[in-house]
Amino acid sequence: MDIQTLTLLIVGASFLLYIGIAIWARAGSTQDFYVAGGGVHPVANGMATAADWMSAASFISMAGLISFMGYDGGVYLMGWTGGYVLLALCLAPYLRKFGKFTVPDFVGDRYYSQLARTVAVVCAIFVSFTYVAGQMRGVGVVFSRFLEVDITTGVIIGMGVVFFYAVLGGMKGITYTQVAQYCVLIFAYIVPAVFISLMMTGHVFPQLGFGATVTGSETYLLDKLDGLSTELGFNEYTNGSKSMVDVFFITAALMVGTAGLPHVIVRFFTVPKVRDARKSAGWALLFIAVLYTTAPAIGAFARVNMIETINGPESTGTAYAEAPSWITNWEKTGLIKWEDKNQDGKMFYSGDERNEMKVDRDIIVLANPEIANLPNWVIALVAAGGVAAALSTSAGLLLVISTSVSHDLLKRNLMPQITDRQELFYARLAAAVAIVIAGYLGINPPGFVAQVVAFAFGLAASSFFPAIIMGIFSKKMNKEGAIAGMLSGITFTALYIIYFKFINPAANVPENWFFGISPEGIGTLGMILNFVVAIAVNKATGDAPEEVQEMVESIRFPKGAGGAQAH
Amino acid sequence: MAFESKDKATAYWRENISLLLKLLTVWFVVSFGCGILLVDVLNEFRFFGFKLGFWFAQQGSIYVFVALIFVYVQQMLKLDRKYNVEEE
Repeated sequence: MDIQTLTLLIVGASFLLYIGIAIWARAGSTQDFYVAGGGVHPVANGMATAADWMSAASFISMAGLISFMGYDGGVYLMGWTGGYVLLALCLAPYLRKFGKFTVPDFVGDRYYSQLARTVAVVCAIFVSFTYVAGQMRGVGVVFSRFLEVDITTGVIIGMGVVFFYAVLGGMKGITYTQVAQYCVLIFAYIVPAVFISLMMTGHVFPQLGFGATVTGSETYLLDKLDGLSTELGFNEYTNGSKSMVDVFFITAALMVGTAGLPHVIVRFFTVPKVRDARKSAGWALLFIAVLYTTAPAIGAFARVNMIETINGPESTGTAYAEAPSWITNWEKTGLIKWEDKNQDGKMFYSGDERNEMKVDRDIIVLANPEIANLPNWVIALVAAGGVAAALSTSAGLLLVISTSVSHDLLKRNLMPQITDRQELFYARLAAAVAIVIAGYLGINPPGFVAQVVAFAFGLAASSFFPAIIMGIFSKKMNKEGAIAGMLSGITFTALYIIYFKFINPAANVPENWFFGISPEGIGTLGMILNFVVAIAVNKATGDAPEEVQEMVESIRFPKGAGGAQAH
Repeated sequence: MAFESKDKATAYWRENISLLLKLLTVWFVVSFGCGILLVDVLNEFRFFGFKLGFWFAQQGSIYVFVALIFVYVQQMLKLDRKYNVEEE
C-alpha cells in the first residue's frame, strides 16, 4: 500500500477511537464539563496531562530543534520537564485541596478581589489563545503533507474534530480521549526511534544508543557527531553556542512558565484526592519523560544520518541525480532547498560557505523514518502521532478558554444570575467561537507563531506563578501586593518581548539585551520583579484579612478535601 | 481544626517546607548546577559515550526529576499519617 492510503487508514482509525470515547463520556453537568466530576484515576490523569502538555511543538519540532542546536537544545528538555517538579511540589496538592474549578477562581478567592480575578482571566485567555493558534497550524501541516490536500483544508478538518469532542465532551470526554491520544502519540514517537537506534548502534533503547558506539566501529556516536560538526564548520554538537547566562534564564523561564500554564494546572483539579494530585504529577512527568529522553537521541541520530546521506560517506557530496526520495519529496513542500553553487551536480551540507542545502528544522521528526528507510506504515504512524499531539493540546486549551469565559467572566463577573444549563451553553459557545478564531489564525498565520509561543511562556511565568506561590506559601500576602506584582511582571515582560520581537527586531542581538538575557528568557526576570513588587507593596499596605489567612491554613494539609466544589 | 493543636499545625508545615527545600535543592543541583553552571567542568568526565555535563543536560536531570516527585509523594504520605491529616 502507498503512504497516502496507509496514512488515511491509520489516522482515520485513531479518529474513530477518539470520537467514540467522546460520545461514550459525554458531559451531563457543569461539574463533568469542567473537571470530570473529580473522578479520574491518577495514572489515567497522568497520561491525559502528558498528552495535554505535549503539543505539536513537542512532537514535531523539538527533536528537530535539538538536532540543530545540540547542547543548547537542553533548555527545552530541562525547562519543560523541570517545571513539573515545581508544579508537583509547590502547586498541585494545594490547589486540589482548595477545590475550585479554575486558576482565576483561586486567584480571585485567595486575593478576595474581583480585579485580581479579572487580571487572571485575561492572562489565562491570552496564554491559551497564543498556544492554540500554533496547534491548529500543526494539524494543518501534517494533513497537507501526508494527505496531499492544501493547508486550508487540513486546518478545517482539524477544526471539525476538535469542535466535536471538546465542545460536546467537556473535561470528562477530553480526559479519556487524551489517554488514547497519549498512547497513539508515544507509540508513534518510539517506534521509529527504536528502529533507528538498532540500525545505528545495535541498542534497543534510544536513550542508550545515544551514548553508544556506532555499529561496526569503535567511535562513540556523539564523538563522531562532534567531529563531523567541527569539520563542516558548525559548533561542536555537545557544546552549543548560547551564553551560559542566557541558557540559565531561558531554562528558568520555561520551567516556571510550565508550572504557570492554566491548562496544565487545571488538570490537578480532576483527581479525587490531594494524594492523587501529588501522584498524578509524578505519573504525568514519567509519561512525558519517555518522549523527552528519546527526543535528544532522535536529534543526534537524525543529524548524523542527514549529514551522511547528503554529504556521502567520504564527505564529498552526493550526486543530486541519486538523491534519496525523502529529499525530493520534501523539496516539493519547499522545506528543503538545494542550490548547486559550485556546479558539480552534487549536494553538500555544511555550516560555512561550502553549504548548498537549506533544511527546515521542523521536518526532522516527520522525515526521520523516510531518511532511515523505514517501512511506509511507520511513516503513516508518525502522521497519526503528530495529529494526536496537536488535537489533545488544542482540546485542553479550548476548555480553558471556554471555562474562563463562561465561568470566570460571565458567571463570576458579569451575569451571576445564570443557571447551570445556561453556563454550560455559554461554555460551548465560547469553545466554538475560539475554534473559529484559532482556525482562522491557523490558515492565515500572523507570521510570528514561534515568537508568540515565547510570549505565552513569559507571560505565564511572570504573572500566575508568583501569585499562586505567594497565595499558598505566604499567608500575609494581600490583594494590593498580588495585583501590583502581576501587573508589573506582565507589563515588563510583554514590553521587552514586544520591543525586541515586533518593534525593533534588528536590535535583537546579545549586545542590546539586559544582562545578556534574550526575550525567550526574560520571563524569569519578570517573575523576580513580580515577587519583589508584591512583597514591597504588601509591606506598605498591611496583611491579608484574618479569614483569608485561615483559608490559606486550611489548604496546607490534605484532610477534609471534598470533590471540587460548585458555587 | 484538623490538627490536635496549633503547635502540631506549625510543626507539620515546618516539616513540609524543609522536605520541599531539600527536594528543590536536588532539583536545582542536577539541572541548573550540573546541566548549566558546571557543564564545562563535568564535560571533562566521561559517562559511557557521553560527556557528563551534556548527559545531565539532556538525560540525567530528567530521570532525577521523575524520581524526585515519587519521593515527595512517599514522604508526604508519611508526614500526613504522622500528624493524622491524611484523607479518609
